[in-house]
Amino acid sequence: MTNPSQFIYLWNLTDVFELEVFLKQIYLDNNSTTPLDERVLEAMLPYLKEVYGNASSVHNFGREAKTAIEEAREKIADLIGADPSEIYFTSGGTESDNLAVMGTAYYKEKKRNHVITSAIEHHAVLEAVKFLEKRNFKADYIGTDEAGIVSADELKEKITDQTSIVSIMHANNEVGVIQDIASLSEIVKSKGAVFHTDAVQSAGKIKVDVNELNVDMLSMTGHKMYGPKGTGILYIRKGFKLTPLFYGGHHEKRRRPGTENVAGIVGFAKALELAESLRENDHKRWAELSELLIDGIQSKIPDVFLNGPRDARRIPSTVNLSFKAIEGESIILSLDMKGVAVSSGSACTSGSLEASHVLLAMNVPVELAQGSIRFSLGRFTTREDIEYTISVLPEIIERLRAMSPLYEKSN
Amino acid sequence: MDKKVLVAVSGGVDSSTAMMLLKDQGYEVIAAHMKMWDYAEVGGESRRDGRCCSLESINDLRSICTAHNIPFYVLNFVDRFREIVIDNFVSEYRAGRTPNPCILCNTHLKWEGLLNKALQLGCDFIATGHYARIVKDDKYSRYIIKKGLDDSRDQSYALWGLTQEALSRTLFPLGEYRKKDVREMAAKYDLKTAKTPESQDICFVADNNYHRFLKEWEQKEGGGGKGFRPGKIVKENGEVVGEHKGVAFYTVGQRRGMGIAHPTPLYVKKIDPESNTVVVGDNDDLFTDSMKVTKLNWVALDNPQEPFRAEVKIRYLHTPAKAGIEPHAKDTVTVRFDKSQRAVTPGQSAVFYDDDTILGGGVINSSKK
Repeated sequence: MTNPSQFIYLWNLTDVFELEVFLKQIYLDNNSTTPLDERVLEAMLPYLKEVYGNASSVHNFGREAKTAIEEAREKIADLIGADPSEIYFTSGGTESDNLAVMGTAYYKEKKRNHVITSAIEHHAVLEAVKFLEKRNFKADYIGTDEAGIVSADELKEKITDQTSIVSIMHANNEVGVIQDIASLSEIVKSKGAVFHTDAVQSAGKIKVDVNELNVDMLSMTGHKMYGPKGTGILYIRKGFKLTPLFYGGHHEKRRRPGTENVAGIVGFAKALELAESLRENDHKRWAELSELLIDGIQSKIPDVFLNGPRDARRIPSTVNLSFKAIEGESIILSLDMKGVAVSSGSACTSGSLEASHVLLAMNVPVELAQGSIRFSLGRFTTREDIEYTISVLPEIIERLRAMSPLYEKSN
Repeated sequence: MDKKVLVAVSGGVDSSTAMMLLKDQGYEVIAAHMKMWDYAEVGGESRRDGRCCSLESINDLRSICTAHNIPFYVLNFVDRFREIVIDNFVSEYRAGRTPNPCILCNTHLKWEGLLNKALQLGCDFIATGHYARIVKDDKYSRYIIKKGLDDSRDQSYALWGLTQEALSRTLFPLGEYRKKDVREMAAKYDLKTAKTPESQDICFVADNNYHRFLKEWEQKEGGGGKGFRPGKIVKENGEVVGEHKGVAFYTVGQRRGMGIAHPTPLYVKKIDPESNTVVVGDNDDLFTDSMKVTKLNWVALDNPQEPFRAEVKIRYLHTPAKAGIEPHAKDTVTVRFDKSQRAVTPGQSAVFYDDDTILGGGVINSSKK
């Protein structure tokens, strides 16, 4: 299987056999997206080529496509502890989040008009809640402690019997902090509200089981787990209803009309299956590699701080570091020129100099928040990738700090 | 050569051609587009399509850079631009002056903000497509800015604010060529941006409707209505001839849009925000002999203390006029023109030339006969 994170370009093989070796390319931005696993591509190909029928058609072409979707649905349900009838296919995490939050809020509007989420959610949830606020729903954003753990006390305080839905992400995309969803669920259920969790970053990395988590709705997307972009699911527990976002045909019990992305759905199922089988090994590997990365950097560079817990409450493949007194953007561009791909904040807000809302919610001081970089390891990340990164970073940070008016070398 | 240069690219033909030239000359080139404002904030967007800084032209830039293996970044300067350029633009108009925002953008956004970024990225120089030249000159032993070879297309006027430090790190690849050569080069490089129409107006007022922009900004940002309150239009002798809509909407030399019925044409001669009046006169009244210039920056000269002579440009489109320049203490010079000049406008930039060399410049503060 090819390892996409390290490759050397062979360019201009002329008569004189001149080889131009391009810079190593190292991908440490897996939280923003992941490469398509070869095995997922294999699984999808027939559904991009020979099996092209519309899954709603009566004839054989349609039936073949329909079978593929239903098999995928069963596989996915099985992997997350759900019933196939509780799995709905969407275009990805953003759509699933919007459907859960807005769909529930609108459905319950007459009797309950309050929604709750956390201050560290992905924009796909935050923006949906902000939109609802403009439409006369009331909203609360629960804060976290400095490790990024959502405050159960504040949730208890803010939730009322007017609350229709609470949405708290399972694992955070920027710092990797994992919430104790099961405990939070008790608080939510006690008031009869719906509990949704965005499991986009946790799926395929830690155990995601809807019964263990005790949630009513759950979002997942394919492209964070070596599957295709443009596909995702929303789990909706039996008995729970919502107002759809789309109107049209009868697909997905009318909750999500639209001709199904068969290849995407098959790919998603395969990606989830693969991820589950590799999860424990990958987890061990990431724990080791991330410690190597953090130690390597902190031993060579002073004034570097990890954002998020340095224990089992963090997805180990996510390493968010703040470099005191310099701008994250300059570090990212400099690393890019050395062939290392990382990000700061979330992909959605890159290019903006605003400090990440997640770090600010965690009380990270603004100057440190602006100097934060997220390294997110993946299935194909090797020890050499980490070692190379550790080797190129000190010179970059030194250069930037030498130019920074804010940095004073502590003796 | 292996020297690294960050090229500021707008999506227009000049900066893209400059970028390709530098690559050919052996520099390691990085392209950066500065995002300085949001359509949502400044309005007037429909006229922007296809021009430089439009989404279309940025996408064209991106594909040119990909094709030639040039790293391309979009850098966000929106907040700084708003603070340094847009806020100043509005407050100057409110104070009855006519600002030139390109000066502040060049001096502070490009040659401070972007330059810093370039240095942080390990670059030796920044470059733009400005039609001007930089020379390290023995006669003056300083970095000097010269007009572009093609005088009619010269863009040096907007660069008077650049410091020696900034100039030592700047390349203007296009200054040695004639304008038509530049378009030919662009075509030779097969640049998609070769077709991008030139922009003459202020970049963040896409529809060129300053009045709309000022009104909308005032509504959004407040400011107590200063400069937007109607008042009187008067002649020099105090005779009231009409009403103005707010001093922010007028500029010296303006004739149209005054709503005055008068047997002879009347022009804005002076704007007085204190008394909230606009003073008008006939064409002859617009001519003045001297002006005071402040907020000075010296380029070829090094903070001169003695009077000297120069050719002075008082507007971008103005033929430099011979004058004597007298430095005073505290960052002021008095400029005395050999021949009276028409419509000397406070807020505009005055740039002092010695033939094709910029000696220095500043902001026009006041003028008198």
